[in-house]
Amino acid sequence: MFVNQFLILAAVLFCIGVYGVIARKNAVLVLMSIELILNSVNINLLAFSMRNGSFDGHTFALYIIAIAAAEVGVGLAMVLLMYRNRRSIDLDELSEMKG
Amino acid sequence: MFASDVLVAQNIGFAIIATIMVVGALRVVTTSNVVHAALWLVVVLAGAAAQYILLAAEFVAITQVLVYIGAVMVLFLFGTMLTRARIGAESDLNNKNWFFGIPVAIALFVAMAMALDSGFGSQKMPADPAVATTQEISDQIFGPYLLPFWALSFVLLAAVVGAIVLARRD
Repeated sequence: MFVNQFLILAAVLFCIGVYGVIARKNAVLVLMSIELILNSVNINLLAFSMRNGSFDGHTFALYIIAIAAAEVGVGLAMVLLMYRNRRSIDLDELSEMKG
Repeated sequence: MFASDVLVAQNIGFAIIATIMVVGALRVVTTSNVVHAALWLVVVLAGAAAQYILLAAEFVAITQVLVYIGAVMVLFLFGTMLTRARIGAESDLNNKNWFFGIPVAIALFVAMAMALDSGFGSQKMPADPAVATTQEISDQIFGPYLLPFWALSFVLLAAVVGAIVLARRD
């Protein structure tokens, strides 16, 4: 196995996630794209952990999984609040912060 | 590189799983149905768990299945349900300027691929990698990484309290 095959896979997933964050308007789908990005980072951490023969990357990957769970919880609560206030979760309608 | 080096069982498994993951990820960002996007995300997350097993990280793979495919997906489906996404296809999930995402993603990928190619070239993984047992991971978490673990506990507590405060009706 090459080191690069995992890193390139992670890069592909990362770029797809970035495309999703840019292109999507629906807030739930943007959160899903962020999950793709976090997963690609986890693959990278574990690939480097295997390459260097240390287990630090495993610990960091577990911490990232916990952070991602917290992020999804708060993110979906915000989406729910947005839906309750304006009956829509389209991100481009949140334009009240414009000066 | 020779074919006998490349065509080993691990690499064939990697290629199959990676293909499924990339197709699933593309469907997540292109499908016009929010529930389908969530279900394609399950495919990607399960593929990631399989890659973790290939990378000799069993505990992380099991945690991925439990936390991501179990808890996070249920959260996503609840989120779609509570915001009353329409059943079936929706036409307005993308921004007006969604196509700007394509050149950004391609440019980002080209930059990263070039950096990875010059940085790691044809480096190989160790032939007999050390397998991280759960005991070693717990020695790490409760040893040198105890302080981040505490911080993480506070983050989770704050997230739970914050989610309840944000989402409750009063």
